[in-house]
This record gives sequence, C-alpha cells and structure tokens, in this order.
Amino acid sequence: MSFHPHDVARRARTARIVLAGAIVVLASAFFRTQVTRHEQYALRSQENRLREVPLPAPRGIIYDRNGKIIAENVPGYSVSLLAPSRDSLRATLVRLGQSIDISEDRIAATVRRYQRAPSRPVVVLADASFDEVSVLEEHRTEFPGLIIQSAPKRFYPDGEAVSAFVGYTGEISEGELNAPQFEGYKAGQQVGKGGLERQYEDRLHGREGIRFVEVDARGRVVREEGARTTLPAEAPPPLYTNIDIDLQRLVVSIWGDTLQGGIVAMEPHTGEVLAIHSAPGYDPNRFVGGVSSEYYGQLRDDPRRPLFNKAIQGRYPPASTFKLATSAIAMEEGIASLDTHMQLPCTGGMWYGSRYFKCWDKRGHGNVTLQQAIAKSCDVYFYQLGLRIGLSKLLAGGISLGMDQKSGIDLPNESSARFPANPAYYDRLYGPRGWTNAVTLNLSIGQGENDQTVVNMARFYTALATDGYAAKPEIVRRNPERQQLLRLDAKQMAALRTAMLDVVSARGTAGASAIEGIPIAGKTGTAQNSTDKGDHAWFVGFAPANDPKIVVAIMVEFGEHGSSAARLASRVIGAYLKSPTAPIPSTDASD
Amino acid sequence: MLRRTVEDTPLVIVALLLSCFGVAMVYSAGQTDVPSIVARLYRSQLMWLGLAIVVAWVVSRASVRMIEWAAWPAYLLTVALLLLTLVIGSGAGTAASSKSWLTIGGMRIGQPSELAKITVVLMLARVLAARREAPKSLLELWKPALIVAVPWLLIMAQPDLGTGIVFIGIFFAMLFWAGVPWPLLLLVASPAVSLVLSFSTGLWGAWFIILLLLVFHYRPYLVEGVVLVLANVAMGVVAPLLWERLAPYQQRRLLVFLDPQMDPRASGYHVIQSQVAIGSGGWFGNGFTEGTQKRLAFLPEQHTDFIWAVVGEELGFIGVTVALTLFLALFLRAVRVAQRANEPFSSLVAFGLLASWFVHVVQNVGMTLNLMPITGIPLPFFSYGGSFLLACWIGVGLLVRISSEGRGQPGALAI
Repeated sequence: MSFHPHDVARRARTARIVLAGAIVVLASAFFRTQVTRHEQYALRSQENRLREVPLPAPRGIIYDRNGKIIAENVPGYSVSLLAPSRDSLRATLVRLGQSIDISEDRIAATVRRYQRAPSRPVVVLADASFDEVSVLEEHRTEFPGLIIQSAPKRFYPDGEAVSAFVGYTGEISEGELNAPQFEGYKAGQQVGKGGLERQYEDRLHGREGIRFVEVDARGRVVREEGARTTLPAEAPPPLYTNIDIDLQRLVVSIWGDTLQGGIVAMEPHTGEVLAIHSAPGYDPNRFVGGVSSEYYGQLRDDPRRPLFNKAIQGRYPPASTFKLATSAIAMEEGIASLDTHMQLPCTGGMWYGSRYFKCWDKRGHGNVTLQQAIAKSCDVYFYQLGLRIGLSKLLAGGISLGMDQKSGIDLPNESSARFPANPAYYDRLYGPRGWTNAVTLNLSIGQGENDQTVVNMARFYTALATDGYAAKPEIVRRNPERQQLLRLDAKQMAALRTAMLDVVSARGTAGASAIEGIPIAGKTGTAQNSTDKGDHAWFVGFAPANDPKIVVAIMVEFGEHGSSAARLASRVIGAYLKSPTAPIPSTDASD
Repeated sequence: MLRRTVEDTPLVIVALLLSCFGVAMVYSAGQTDVPSIVARLYRSQLMWLGLAIVVAWVVSRASVRMIEWAAWPAYLLTVALLLLTLVIGSGAGTAASSKSWLTIGGMRIGQPSELAKITVVLMLARVLAARREAPKSLLELWKPALIVAVPWLLIMAQPDLGTGIVFIGIFFAMLFWAGVPWPLLLLVASPAVSLVLSFSTGLWGAWFIILLLLVFHYRPYLVEGVVLVLANVAMGVVAPLLWERLAPYQQRRLLVFLDPQMDPRASGYHVIQSQVAIGSGGWFGNGFTEGTQKRLAFLPEQHTDFIWAVVGEELGFIGVTVALTLFLALFLRAVRVAQRANEPFSSLVAFGLLASWFVHVVQNVGMTLNLMPITGIPLPFFSYGGSFLLACWIGVGLLVRISSEGRGQPGALAI
C-alpha cells in the first residue's frame, strides 16, 4: 500500500474533515430538534405523561322560597380508569369484575365512552358505594390506571315529595352528548335528567376542575399529586325557587297511599308555584347516578304510573271546572250575567234533538240563575248557555282563554292542553255531516274534545282569582309574566267569584270543604272516564276569595266526584293560609 | 528501568471520560418511576468497565507484532464462533428472534460479532498491509473483500443488519486508508447504490449514467467493467425480490425510517418517543435522572440502543454537544495514531478501529433523531453491555500500543 507520509497526511486530512463534518452535521440536527423545536417536543412530552383527571363540580343547591334545601350535594365516590388502549381497558374491566359487580353491558358501554376521549379517565362507577370503594382500595396496586375520587352526589332530602318537579341527575347519555345544547360536555359528566335539574341545567352545573396525574407509557398512574397545579372545581350560585317546601310536604301527604293524581298550588298574582305534585311519586335519589333496573321496572310496571307526571303531562277533560270558562265567555259576549235564567228549568236533563242530555243530579235543579248554576254545577243550565253562545264563539272563547296551550311552567316535558280551534275541527274528525251541534252541549260542561292539564287549569284560575290576568306558573323566581285572559269588568269578576264562593258553601257542590274563617272560591268537576275505574275528580279554586293568596288545581284520578278533590284542596289551602310562613290575608275574612 | 505504561495520555483520558459519562447515563437510565432490573445495571457496567480497563492495559502490553501474528488464529476463531452462534445462538432484548448471542446452558456468554469487529480489522489490516501498492483494480480486491464477506454473511444470517453495516463501514474506511482511489471505492459500492435506488426507476437510471461515466473515466479492465455494469443491473432486478425476502419487522423499520408517523403506535413509536425525549431536553435538559420520557418508560431501550436519547433529554443540547465533542476528540486522536504509526499494519488497525467506532456513533446517534434507520447497534462507551464495553476498551488498548510504538516512540515493552 502507499504509505508515504505525504499520502498518509493527505488521507488523514480528508478523514479529519469527514469526521468533524459528520459530528457538526449531527450537532446541528440536535440543535434543530432541541433548541429550534424545543417547545413542540416539550409539549408532546407533557402530553405523554400528564393526564387530566376531571374533578366533578358540585351542582348548584336548590332552595325553596324560605331558604330550605330542596336539592344539595353529599360526598360520594366515583371510580374511573385511565387506560392506554381499548383492549387494555376491556381487560382491566373484566378483572375489576372479579372484585365488584360490573355487568357485561356496563363493560361495553364503558368501552364505548372511552373511545370518545381515550386520554380522559373513563367513568366506571359514577356513584360507587362505600363497600365497592374499600374493596377497590384494597386491590389498588393491581389496577394501575384506577382513579378513585370523591365526587359530589346529588341528594334530595325530601325524596319522593319533590319528584314531580325536581328531576334527578345522571351521567350524560351518548345521545345527549351529540345534542347541540350539551356542547362542551364530556362523557362521564353528570347532567340534569328532568325537572328543574334539566330545565336549569345551565345554571345548576358547576365548573369542572382538573387534576393532573402522571402516567407512564403503559397508562399506569405513577404520581397522583403535584404533577401540575390542580384547578379546583367550582359550584355555581344556588337556585332559589318559589316552592314552599312545608306546603309541598303537606301537598304530598294528602294523597295518602292510595290516591293518585296531580296538584298545582300557585300564587295567583305572580304565578309563583308554591307546590306541585304528581301522586304517586318516586324517589329521585334512587335515580341519581343511574337507576337500578329493578327499581325502574317496578315504577314502570306500577299501574298507578308514578313516572307519568299527572300535574303537567296528564290530560283530562276539565269537566265542570270548565263551566267558569263557559260563563266567562258568555259574560264577555254579553249573553248572560249572574242572574240570567235559561229557557228550560233543570229537571234532571233536557232533550236536544233526538238525544236526552242528563244533568249530573237527576233530581234536577229547577229554574236557576247563572250564579246558582255554578254553585250547583247544573249541567242543563250550561247546555243552554253553550247553545246560546254558539259553537264558533265557544271555541274561539276557549282558544282565547289558552285552553289549547301549555301553561308555560318552567319544567321540561309539559304537555299542551287540547281544545278545538274552530268547527272545522269536527269536520275533519267526523266528516262534514258526521256531527251535530250536540258537541256544543258537551263542550259547555267541559266534556268532549277538551283535554286540560292540571297546571293549565291552575293558570286559568289565576285569571279568575285576580283581575282577569293569568300568571305564567313559575317554579324558579323570575319576573312574573301575566297575560290578560278575561275581558270582564271588576263587577263581573266579583260576580264570578261570588258564584264560585257559593260552590264551597252549604249551597254548593263542595260545601263539605269549607273552612272556618277562610272563604274559598272554586269549582268542582267530575270528568267522565271511559275506563270502568271511576270518574276523575277535579277541583280548582282559590282563597281567600276576596283577596286570593293561593290557587289550587287538583285532579284525583278515579276520584269519583269533584267534592272529594275539593276536600283535599281545602286541606292545602287551610294549611297554607294558617301557616306562619304564609302571607297573612290583608283583609280579615269574617264570614 | 521503569517506563511509562501509557504513552497516549489524551486518548486514555478521552476514553475514560466517555466511559464515566456512559456509566452515569446507564445509572440514570435505571432511575425510572416503575423500578426495573435496569436500576441495578450500572453496578455491573462499572464492574465491566474495571475489567475492560485491565484487559486494555494487558492488550497495550502486547507488541503489534504479536497482535499481527495473532490476527489469523483470532479471525478463524471468530468465524468458528459465528458459525456456532448460528447453531446455538439466542436473541435478546428487542431482537429476541435473532441469534446474536452465544448461549451455553442458558447463560449468555457474549456476542461473537463484537469480537468479529476487532478481528476483521486486524485481518483486513494484515491483508492490506501485505501489499506494496494499494489495490488498483477490482480483481485485486478479492482478498480483502473475502475477509470481510465471510463474517459479514454470517452476521447478516443472524440476522443483525446494524452490525453488518459496521463491517461495510470498516471495509470501505480501511480501503480508503490503504490508498485505494475513490473512484474504485465508488465502483465497488455501486451495486449497493443500485440496490437502494432501484426502487425508483428514474433515480436508478440517473445513477446508471453516472456509473457508466465513472467506468469510462476509471478505465478498469474490460471484464471488470462488464461485471460491474452487470452487477448493477442484477441488483436493480433483485432488489424487489430481496425486499420480499426481508422479515416484516425489517421492512417496517425501513418504511418507518422514511416516515415515522406511518405507524406511530407500533414501529414508529421508538423513534418518535426518542425524538420527543431529545427535543424536550432543550438547551440544558430536564436534569440528570429527571427525564420524564425515560422515567415513565415512554423511551424504549433507554439503557442500550436509545441511551443517547437519555443524554438529550436530561442534559440537553449542552450535554449532547459535550458528548459529541468527546467522541470527535477520540476520533481525531485515533486519526493521529493512525497517521503516526510506524508501519502500515498498525496504521490500518488504528484506522479500522476508528471506522468501527465512527459508524457506531453516527448510526446510533443518528437513529435517535431518525437520521438513520433503526438498527440495534449500541453506542460505544455508553450503551449498557459488557462485551461491547470490553471490545471498545480492547480497541483503546490497541490504539495505545500502536501510539506508543508510533513514529519516534519506542514500544512500551518490546518483546
């Protein structure tokens, strides 16, 4: 080989240049990665090791009108898992199943939730029992991605008593996650699932906190604390309602163990809902964080339908409680006043065309005035009054009284009341010649094609109780919204009230419900029911009649006669007006 | 009369600094949040370092003549061990399916390929030094080529692609140092270039024109020229077939080299995590033992193949630069030794050892930033592993000896 020193020196120089050049190239590559692109890689490194563990926020406390708690938060535990992959999650869940009870369905659902946000811990048990937590704590080392943390849990101290309006909370469903109103929500979070909890979700849900845990490459939690500053969860301000929880408890208690139906109690001027109940109720606490299929099945199969809200969803013929609407329409039209007599006296019924229309009292009421007809609930009188008004005007009047509307109460899932808009409705229903004017007779006594919710009837009666303006029912304190329903002068209004006062007197159908010292005005109703379980009993009224502080609408399913409903209503009215927290009547009712 | 046993103090100091740096990194590599066996490995690495320095000292006492004499038997022994490894070898770590470890009774004795790196250098130096003139034609290269090809093929059969690359590097570097003209080197390398470029017809066509110009310029014998051109054509044809022959993991490694994001969870994972670790180090690093990529096991093979990423993550660009500077110092010192050696054999041995280290460093360090495809070759003086550290220090011992016998400096102990 050529080993002359000159040659060697030349090659050595080449070698040095190549060596130094290679090292410089390497160093510049490292400069680019470590200095120029440092931020980008530092972020990647953080993303690798830090996992955000959401800290569930407490929900806003719900208070009644006197600052008593309707819904609060109690300490609970949630169990979630950080998993590096779907398969690993599934395997861990199966292993968890050996310590605690996790069904196959739950595993599948958990895996589905995981896929929405794999870097977030997936909630396995939103509301773990103390037993489950202690079992898991024991086996903690076997489940490296396991996160057990305290999570505020919704609690309703009055349980079943608030089931008609409070709703409950539960984990957000997959369907809800896709809905625009839940934008920003993440799988595993708790949301309101009905009632106030749903209606005021945006005000009740708090701001989730974030805790950072450090995980290793296999997703095992290596450091629980101190990886980065925790952002605490924040509770929203409380929600104040118009509910009077003491009255609410009483309203619930009147139903006993056997009665079923709906009731709404309102302040007539402002529309403040003082109490609302659907009997029988259910325990919303057992729904929080997921209802057991056993309890749910029991409720679902109960023939008394506890899950069906009879105060805002149930629709029933208003029966004689509607006679005040018929009366008001007639008075507005100038067709009748309180002392107007009809052509035919009541003999227990009347012939119209080829049909005999019965009065509820087959003994008959004789020749009565409108005032007496209201007090006695004389059907024959109202048949004739309805005919005088005429179908078109009766329908138009009902529509203007909001008989085809929702009351507008601030609860989800309220049903709209139903009332025909015009005679064309009957053409569509029965065909142009398939019906007769007899529908007018039925309508005028609140039967027929007329279905009202309890809450909508309560709303109508707030107009009767005041100056003709109906107040929108409101559970949460807002600005009262009133709408003029009745265009009657003060004298006419007073006359209607006098007639309704007679109802709850010895002269009327609900005489047994009168209370010493509190004049109650109202109207009973007995709605025919196609089933053989008996008629539905209605009472809608207010008190004190001369200066109303409370409107109560109650419908007792299969309650047979309105007077039974009136007795329940009068207990509510009596309790409310005599209770120390209730507003004291401004004028002393002497008789 | 007492003589200094170490003549090339700077070389030894640089090697010692690199080794201490390396052991420190092996220690840090063991500092993970989930404790593993790696936590204790630095102790055995320290013991190996002690042993390696002793062996290096012993080697430095042996005269170059004796080493030259021992080249043949050592080479034959190496080939025999490589053959034996193919029969009874076992894999380890990331390359569990390959057979690179010589295992007897379940005990891993060592990797004969480490030994081969030294013996091939010695043997190649012997063959090249025996000639008066540097090889000028392809035909004259058959002997050196055969010397490298035998162990190379045995190692590729394990298969160990990374070590195979080291041998190619050694081969070309030593031919260069022996004075083989660069056009000839290029011609020798041309079939390999064809192999790589054949995946793109356009690139291969361009390369073929360059090759023809080169052949025309260099004017080899007619037969050689024809053989070369045919070899290039053949490579272009067999390349797709060879690709089919590669194991799926080897194919993935090469594809991932082209685009790590192709498969970020599996094949590309290593190199992506390595880049993240290095990039997050910034100027000064996250602090010794504090690298989170390493601590939390995002970084694979953090004590062996990817120990350099730990340097990058924990000591930052400064640490990387210091280490690279130490390596450069070692290389330049080795060039000096090769240049000053008083006869061709020693000079070639020195340069061959340098080439071996250089290929290791460029390959391993480059791999951590995806500048090189991932091959499981370790970083000299850093990566955990006894036989490799030993081999590195044997190299240091040889260099010290060659240095001390170099121009104007009598041997430390002439036998």
